Amino acid sequence: MRRIPLSALLGLILTGGFFFVAIFAQLIAPYKMDELVGGVWDPISTTHWLGTDSIGRDLLTRMIYGAQVTIFVATCSTILSFVTGSVLGFLAATAGGWVDQALSRFIDLIMAIPTLIFSLVILTAVDVTTLNLILVMGFLDSTRVFRLSRAVAVDITVMDYVEAARLRGEKQGWIIFSEILPNALSPLVAELGLRFIFAVLFISTLSFLGLGVQPPLADWGGLVKENSAGLVYGIPAALAPAIAIAALAISVNLVADWVLSRTTSLKGGRGA
Amino acid sequence: MHPVVKLVTQRLALGLLLMLAVSALIFFGVEALPGDTAQAMLGQSATPEALANLREKMGLNEPVLWRYGHWLYGFLTGDMGVALTNGEDIAKSVGARLGNTLFLAFWAALISVPLAILLGLLAARYNGRWPDRLISGVTLATISLPEFVAGYLVLYFLAVKLQLLPAMSMVFPGMGVFERLQAIMLPVIVLVMVVLAHMMRMTRAAILNVMQSDYIETAKLKGLSPLTVIWRHAFPNAIAPVVNVVMLNLAYLVVGVVVVEVVFVYPGMGQYLVDHVTKRDLPVVQACGMIFAAVYIGLNILADVVSILANPRLRHPK
Repeated sequence: MRRIPLSALLGLILTGGFFFVAIFAQLIAPYKMDELVGGVWDPISTTHWLGTDSIGRDLLTRMIYGAQVTIFVATCSTILSFVTGSVLGFLAATAGGWVDQALSRFIDLIMAIPTLIFSLVILTAVDVTTLNLILVMGFLDSTRVFRLSRAVAVDITVMDYVEAARLRGEKQGWIIFSEILPNALSPLVAELGLRFIFAVLFISTLSFLGLGVQPPLADWGGLVKENSAGLVYGIPAALAPAIAIAALAISVNLVADWVLSRTTSLKGGRGA
Repeated sequence: MHPVVKLVTQRLALGLLLMLAVSALIFFGVEALPGDTAQAMLGQSATPEALANLREKMGLNEPVLWRYGHWLYGFLTGDMGVALTNGEDIAKSVGARLGNTLFLAFWAALISVPLAILLGLLAARYNGRWPDRLISGVTLATISLPEFVAGYLVLYFLAVKLQLLPAMSMVFPGMGVFERLQAIMLPVIVLVMVVLAHMMRMTRAAILNVMQSDYIETAKLKGLSPLTVIWRHAFPNAIAPVVNVVMLNLAYLVVGVVVVEVVFVYPGMGQYLVDHVTKRDLPVVQACGMIFAAVYIGLNILADVVSILANPRLRHPK
């Protein structure tokens, strides 16, 4: 085990901290999520570490529950995006021919529309529920995973051991899961962090626009929106969730960078 | 035919085909979703009569292919139909707002592109030393900021704490150019922050890539100063990737504009789009979505064409 660089260690600790808070939100939060405990936008005090929000709820409590919502939605959509994207990508690479062509061109088509714009069009036509948000985010993001996993798998399918597996009559599914998946894992894991960051930023943006997680639940983007009116009067309540989003993104980024440099040096290629 | 002309024509034709496919996706994609559009707009408590009325008004009873043809033809001839919520002509509302959005994006591009290239050159020149580390560190931080977070940070510190600029970007017809510029200063700063980092990092990477070539080694051995090596020998060969990155980021700017307009209450296309998504006004959203997608694809095609033209190997047929 080599030494972990300082930046990656910092990233790991912060990311771990965020996940810990998200998982145990109900135990950590000092107040109930929608409990009115003070006046409108009370300043920071010993009873309310971050002050209160636009209608007098404890901001720290809201942030802790917000972490839970943000991380839950982002994690679910990342998992969905990875499962769909990598399975389709591997399928396209192993099947080749018209299957590959049809899938790849269809993905190209979806990627030709900016993700935010496309999701706004879809969210006009379907109900904005948490489940629908996860589905829309996951499927739109899986196009990126598809590109990567197909590119990686195309290199692997021409290897001798895949040829050998084909010749001894293994089925398509077996080839994908037992021959290609283990060998394609390291670049995919490195990508995982980046997709997660993208999901966090995306759900925050949607909620900020009022088209994401709906009240009474609130994620960090929603908290920014709720408290943004105070900014003009010099009340910084909206900045706390905004900084939390950035902190989560930066800490996951630090870990992802480290994983990426490790996996590329393992393969001996690419380099810096 | 000259190979360059042929390549460019091919690329343009492909782009047009792509736009046609995208229009079909935006139209039929919504169609194929589970649930009824009219139902989703009116909510679960809608009476059957109201539902039937809305379906009639939206033309949902016509065959779908006919509606698509009608929509596309109208779009191409500048007739985008009327908004469901207030019956306004969509093309008219879009026309007024598109100008505002392009004005904002134009100024953001005008500032960010030269700045990004300059910083990229500097970072490449001092590769691995403190100016490079500083520039890279700051840009890494701005990449992790979503647009609205950057927007509120700038708004809070520049407009509220320091009182340098107005917090809201109100523009209206008949406003002088100078006043207009002052009004859009904050959103422009935010947009520059958002695209600058990515553009600068890619410029740096493209130049560092070229710096490993043998002719750079030769130029260095001739005794040229490092900046002359970069400016005369490395930069011209890095133009194609740099132009590509610039175009892709301008395309990204088109999307970033949506969020930034909402933050600063700027009366542009993005605000119009988001408002009507909330109101579930499908015709408006489809029209705006198509315009955003068309601009995005257009810039991508332009990026390809420029990199074809910038490639000297294609200019002189063998």
